[in-house]
Amino acid sequence: MNRAERRNFARAMLFVAPWVVGFLFLNLYPFLASVWYSLCDYSALSVPVFLGFQNYADLFRDPVFWKALSNTVLFALFAIPLGTALSIGLAVLLNQPVPGQGLFRTIFFLPSLVPAISLAILWQWMLNGPVGLVNMAVRPFLQAINAVAGTSLQAPDWLNDPNWALWGLVLTGLWGTGHAVVIYLAGLQEIPVELYEAAELDGTTPWQRFVHVTLPMLSPVIFFNVLMGIIGALQTFAVPYILTGGADGPGRSLLFLATYIYQHAFDYWNMGYASALALILFLVIVVLSFLAVKLGEKKVHYGGR
Amino acid sequence: MNRRHPTQEAITFALLLAFGFLFLLPFLWMVSTSLKPLEETMKMPPEWIPSSFQWHNYPDAMRAMGPFWTFAGNSLLLAGLNVVGTVLSSAWVAYGFSRLDWKGRDACFFLLLMTMMIPFPVVMVPLYTLFRDLGWIGTMKPLWVPSFLAGAFNVFLLRQFFLTLPRDLSEAARIDGCSEFRIFWQVILPLAKPALLTVALFQFLATWNDFLGPLIFLARESHFTLALALQALQSTISGTPWHHLMAASTLVVAPVLVLFFFTQRTFIRGIATTGLK
Repeated sequence: MNRAERRNFARAMLFVAPWVVGFLFLNLYPFLASVWYSLCDYSALSVPVFLGFQNYADLFRDPVFWKALSNTVLFALFAIPLGTALSIGLAVLLNQPVPGQGLFRTIFFLPSLVPAISLAILWQWMLNGPVGLVNMAVRPFLQAINAVAGTSLQAPDWLNDPNWALWGLVLTGLWGTGHAVVIYLAGLQEIPVELYEAAELDGTTPWQRFVHVTLPMLSPVIFFNVLMGIIGALQTFAVPYILTGGADGPGRSLLFLATYIYQHAFDYWNMGYASALALILFLVIVVLSFLAVKLGEKKVHYGGR
Repeated sequence: MNRRHPTQEAITFALLLAFGFLFLLPFLWMVSTSLKPLEETMKMPPEWIPSSFQWHNYPDAMRAMGPFWTFAGNSLLLAGLNVVGTVLSSAWVAYGFSRLDWKGRDACFFLLLMTMMIPFPVVMVPLYTLFRDLGWIGTMKPLWVPSFLAGAFNVFLLRQFFLTLPRDLSEAARIDGCSEFRIFWQVILPLAKPALLTVALFQFLATWNDFLGPLIFLARESHFTLALALQALQSTISGTPWHHLMAASTLVVAPVLVLFFFTQRTFIRGIATTGLK
């Protein structure tokens, strides 16, 4: 580098310095330390003692870990497709020329602003077994089914029933889907009207236009949202933690990887084991994101922009 | 789409009404419960309008939480510091990544994008021990000092915006003998106001809503945020004073909703652009 280049570089460094410091201390160091701790017995009060892969060996024999992993993946598997379908559906409705469009958009968006603490406490109340609003809506349907089919279906006690708690959380998540609705609506508004007009002239039905025009044109946006959704869903912590009053639900039905990391790190001060769990979580996120990207390369249509 | 189909329009409108109603219902239920006497919260079938409005539920819930105004002050203080720190540092760094040419810039930017893949739960254990060794546990520092070190997502957002501003602006200023700092401060920042406002709003919301950070790093009750104080109340009370819990939840949501109503356009535009780019 000559003198001018060096000056140029020094000036640039002055600007990016805060990020460099942040990168070293808030990203690189903690990540490497996580790897090191995961190979150690570390109670946070004493110095880490090297154990080799003992934590990982323990982890694979730990049924609670498998429960946390399967809950985490199951939640992502249910919440993301349902949330995507609902938000695309609402965005398509909003994209029609109807009165009150702006008002409806605001209504759908508002729940996504609600802080996790209020959201969780509100839905604890909504999902209350005997007097919750959700069951009040569910009961008439069940009574009708029972009357017709002679069954005796009961409304579930959502958060106190190991078979239903995860579904309660999915429902809670669906209420907060408005953020995605706004993004999908913006994506829909960028699709050229001519495409629909041409398709309409060809005598297509609205459903055909949705499948062959809307979905392919929207696919880059869907892809981006699903990817962000995966990363977000896999680190779910606050809402289930608060829903269960700071625990993990009946039969650990609301125990997620992030919850289990938290328990080992800050309830049992078992930092080594917690770090091994953290790296597994990181691995799961990397693998699932990679799969999503691979799938995206095949299915996403980038011709539109 | 230009031709109007009356039946299709009517069905669309009916569906929007139904879903709109479903999305609003939890809010109405929250406020309705917050104004009921305790016995009435458990009444079946429920009354949507309380038989008598129990406005005192609100001060009662605030008292149950402890020093409410201290918690509210902490939440506001942290949100304010995070907004200032994030906006200043992210804009400063984004300038270096967009308006200056230097060797290794693209490699560094790629590194910055990669850090977005590391979720907080993965690094929270070493961050905790790091802050403890710095003597920051027992203070509020872990929750605001890092915001002055430029978050990757906000740098990315602002860089994209800075790139859209014509290069000639900087060249002209440089020929006039402007220092790089003055170009940043007096030329670029004023032009970037809408983008900066978006970053500020998102950051305010993220800090106000944060739960895991305060849960891990705050050790003293006098430092608790509203979110943490409310969770402490919820997990310690015996029985279920739902009227108080709903009143407290409403109080935590209300500032966010008020902020939204004043800045709706920025919000919606910001979300739409971050999702599409």
